[in-house]
Amino acid sequence: MTDTATPSPSIPARPDGQAVVVGGNRIPFAKAGGHYAGATSLDMLTTTIDGLVARFGLAGERLGEVRAGAVLNHSKDFNLAREAVLGSALDPTTPAVTLQRACATSLEAAWDVANKITLGQLDVAVAAGVDSTSDAPIVVGERLRKVLLKLNRAKTPMDRVRLLGQLRPADLAPVAPNVNEPRTGLSMGEHQALTNLAWGVTREGQDEVALASHRNLAAAWEDGLFDTLVTPYRGLTRDAALRPDTTAEALAGLRTVFGNDQSNPTMTAGNSTPLSDGAAAVLVASPAWAAANGHTPLARIVDAEAAAVDFVRGEEGLLMGGAYAVPRLLARQGLALEDIDLVEIHEAFAGVVVATLAAWASEEFAQQQLGLPALGTLDPARLNVAGSSLAAGHPFGATGARILATLATLLHRRRLADPSRERPFRGVISVCAAGGQAVAMLLEA
Amino acid sequence: MVTIPAPLRGVQRQIASTLTKALGLTEPVQLRRTDPDSVDVPLVAGPVLVVGDAAPGEGGGDGSGEVAGVVSTLRSWGCDVREWSPETGAPSEQRWGAVVVVLTGLTAPDQAAAPVLALGSVLRDLARCARVVVISRLPSDATRARVDGTDDASRRDDRAGDGEVSPAEAAARAGVEGLVRSLGKELRAGATANGIQLADGVDVLAPAAVGTLRFLLSARSAFVDGQLVPVTGDGEAPADWARPLAGKVAVVTGAARGIGAETVRVLVRDGALVLGVDVPAAGEALARTMNAVGGVALQLDITAPDAAERILEAIGRGPFRGRLDVLVHNAGILRDKLLANMTPAQWESVVAVNLAAQLAITAGLAEAAPGLVQVSLASTSGIAGNRGQTNYGFSKAGVIGATQAWAVLLGEGGGRANAVAPGFIETEMTASIPAVQREISRRVSSLGQGGKPVDVGEAVAFLASPQAGGINGQVLRVCGQNLVGR
Repeated sequence: MTDTATPSPSIPARPDGQAVVVGGNRIPFAKAGGHYAGATSLDMLTTTIDGLVARFGLAGERLGEVRAGAVLNHSKDFNLAREAVLGSALDPTTPAVTLQRACATSLEAAWDVANKITLGQLDVAVAAGVDSTSDAPIVVGERLRKVLLKLNRAKTPMDRVRLLGQLRPADLAPVAPNVNEPRTGLSMGEHQALTNLAWGVTREGQDEVALASHRNLAAAWEDGLFDTLVTPYRGLTRDAALRPDTTAEALAGLRTVFGNDQSNPTMTAGNSTPLSDGAAAVLVASPAWAAANGHTPLARIVDAEAAAVDFVRGEEGLLMGGAYAVPRLLARQGLALEDIDLVEIHEAFAGVVVATLAAWASEEFAQQQLGLPALGTLDPARLNVAGSSLAAGHPFGATGARILATLATLLHRRRLADPSRERPFRGVISVCAAGGQAVAMLLEA
Repeated sequence: MVTIPAPLRGVQRQIASTLTKALGLTEPVQLRRTDPDSVDVPLVAGPVLVVGDAAPGEGGGDGSGEVAGVVSTLRSWGCDVREWSPETGAPSEQRWGAVVVVLTGLTAPDQAAAPVLALGSVLRDLARCARVVVISRLPSDATRARVDGTDDASRRDDRAGDGEVSPAEAAARAGVEGLVRSLGKELRAGATANGIQLADGVDVLAPAAVGTLRFLLSARSAFVDGQLVPVTGDGEAPADWARPLAGKVAVVTGAARGIGAETVRVLVRDGALVLGVDVPAAGEALARTMNAVGGVALQLDITAPDAAERILEAIGRGPFRGRLDVLVHNAGILRDKLLANMTPAQWESVVAVNLAAQLAITAGLAEAAPGLVQVSLASTSGIAGNRGQTNYGFSKAGVIGATQAWAVLLGEGGGRANAVAPGFIETEMTASIPAVQREISRRVSSLGQGGKPVDVGEAVAFLASPQAGGINGQVLRVCGQNLVGR
């Protein structure tokens, strides 16, 4: 392709070395047990893809790939991405892959499809993610599970009765779902409390990040930024966690929830992300596909970098991967922090943002841990300018795609406002993830 | 629609039949509607009888020649056509699917008797959901002068040659209006009576004339009854009568659900590519509607100052590639309240959405697409008024005024503006009306029932089509000949 007038998504373009974000769609993020309590991950993901399809007139089209995942995976949701495609308005011959990299799942998905597009293997794809903490899978006790499996194989009613007779009331109690780190047994919040201690992160510093998140997200909603990025779902039209009227005093008054065994706990429900339900998707394409289909790219996906840290032996904080991934990414691209117009640091906890910024600014950290010069101090006016997870909510798998679509739109707006600026408008994303991981991505418009 | 709980359905039926008897109405029949997979097949419910005004009129055209033209056009559409003649009368023992009465040659009231009585002689033999269509001439040239922005001087000169319409001729022509409206109230079993009023100079075989005839004969006009459609220009015959909007780009506001969603489906069925617009809060339904037809969804509050700009931006990309042919102003809101109790917000929001936003958007779009064809949703409330709807009535009567003004302005660029005025249509909105009141509203029409959103969509799609090119500045009611208003 693509000199012909009729675009043919089935025949990818020859490699042209670029992948662009064409647009995005998500549903408003809900609080756990709230608006989406009765919705499955599959339904949320399907609806989110359908919203994207409607926005770009892709009904009945065959895309190169849909790559999507969730963190809290039901066994019934095996092949989640493909099932979502089959339930969507896309052509059922669109292939799909289900993947998972904890909270960086959908950013990882976008990285993957961008690479395939850059290589010319695909010309258009959807990267997406979803999570429902309301509809979290319940794990049953080992004894009950084994009996149930045997029950399934039992041939006679008597066999079944005998098997059921082996069960004790205690066996019926479900194992509470949790996202604790399997190797440390600590929750993410407890891990972050340790990191906050190590980096001297204050309550004030965290509450400041939380307040800015709510204010910026509320302003972005008022500004209509999300008219082109969000499709309502089940009657919810805005992110349910957003508190436009919250104040520093209100945040300061909250009791602490993590690190309470420390002498001076700092983490509250206000500066930690709420458990959330939601889904987000991004349309990534080659510039040729975008042109052939009449779409103006929002931003180019330039590069990405993953990092992992050894949190198990306490060498580094669980959620500090972004302190490594971003400096390495910028160093590879020969860029300094002042070359970056907008920075998105996923607010898993406000402490992650504060500690990551502190690490970027630290010469000692840069030399000892990275062997690179320090990035320096980030101007807060460039950080999470349209709010982030603290205010929007954080359905694990959906967060990367949410941030990617939002940042691409923000960069595109800046480009439209200043078309003559010679150097590109650049943005960088840092998303930390369970298991001590992180993914960073660089965009430009 | 709200589903009525089973125990109440009997009660509802009882209310319905009591009202039917009290009002002297008949039980409504299920109307014949178009199968989306085979549009206009069959076009009519049985054979078509064509009745002419026989003798060539003194100042009008050759009546017999026009009848022959109508007959051959109908035959070209696959209709089984029979002709009435003064000598042989009508062929007997038929269940007529339609009767077309050509009265374009009338120059005096006494000439109407023979063809009208011929029509009367076959009314007992109409098939279910039959059509009576009377083709006549506009009583005066006034409509033409008003809506034809070009104000064609040469055409006026031609008219001068024929002389002005004489009082007798005007009387005969105007008489047809009363005939059609009264006949509509006599017909039973889903049959409708409508008229086409050709301006002088518009041939009975002009695409706009036969295009309107085809619409009124078809199942697409199921809920159009007792209406007279003035045709003042020639229009264009579509390449495919079943897909007249092929390749056209249409913008529909309020597209998420109800009449808007149904209009989107009909426009797409007729070949159009559609950009559906609705408020961000309706985004989920909008996405569903647009995905079902392969259209594009634009979440936009039409009262936003940059609404026109954002519609143009959306039209500039994706499958539309900057093309814009049709604009359907469907979005509207209700804030019913007696005027004595009305808050400023209830008045202002209705006027802002139903009227001011339309004006601003058309102004913005017409600049980019001078040949824009606009269809706006008015309402019988805007024509006849409705208690508790001073705000809504103001806005919808305003839509009619805007339509007539836009007709002139858009006409200059080759475009048009028309309105559709729905009567009682079965939607989520009307389902919320109390049962007795709702039943009365349904029954006070000649068809004795409410219409469906698709009926409005069909009328919108017809007015958007090239064959409606001769219709400009008009209001087409889709009301089953509701008893209120004209």
